[in-house]
Amino acid sequence: MSSRRSSQSGTSRITDDQIIELVSKLRQLVPEIRNRRSDKVPASKVLQETCNYIRSLHREVDDLSERLSQLLATIDADSAEASIIRSLIAQ
Amino acid sequence: MNPRRSISSNPASTVKSRFTNGFLKALLRINRQRITSTTAYTPREIFRGYLRVKIAADVSMASAIGSRRAWSRAMLRKVRSHGRDGAQVRRMSFLAMRKRNLYGKKIKCVEEDVGCYQANVLRKLVPGGAAMDMCCLLGETAHYIKCLNTQVKVMRRIAEVFST
Repeated sequence: MSSRRSSQSGTSRITDDQIIELVSKLRQLVPEIRNRRSDKVPASKVLQETCNYIRSLHREVDDLSERLSQLLATIDADSAEASIIRSLIAQ
Repeated sequence: MNPRRSISSNPASTVKSRFTNGFLKALLRINRQRITSTTAYTPREIFRGYLRVKIAADVSMASAIGSRRAWSRAMLRKVRSHGRDGAQVRRMSFLAMRKRNLYGKKIKCVEEDVGCYQANVLRKLVPGGAAMDMCCLLGETAHYIKCLNTQVKVMRRIAEVFST
């Protein structure tokens, strides 16, 4: 937390280590490059795969939104409410 | 429940559960609006239905995070201002972003070899990314990806429940 706040007060305080740490965090999150050896993947490739991954997640959200709105439209009101309430309880 | 995401030891207050509750309530509202509308099956209404669900999902996730993160703050700001002045705000913020990237107030790239071009592509994908420096952008991206993953998982699960 504190490292982020200090970096916002002046860009000169960002260290190479912080960048490396963040890039490696991204590496672990993106499935495309998680399985490759970390020293073989350059930072620009990490960024590229990250962008691709975010785009594919956005597409999935779009598809799921479309599917959910279709499901809402086709099932009748009562069972929609019942399913929703059931999901709420199942949490 | 992923312990990294909870802000208290109470399992009911994880990001995932806050998102799920908020999103399901929004779906209930959307469902009720659809029932009272008489033009529910025109192509326009179908598109608006999809958009409503998508916006509900994004807003629910940003609200579950709250103001803790720059990306969630940016998303909530954008959605609120859309309600007031839709197209005007979109056009103005696009121009403002172009100016920042091309002229004087350029966003400084701290590490040349981290790929400034890719970083700018990333800025467009992450909410609020245009105004962040590299360090902030990478941290926000990591958190944003985790939240998108949660969002997708929950939406998939809800779609499964509806399909039965």
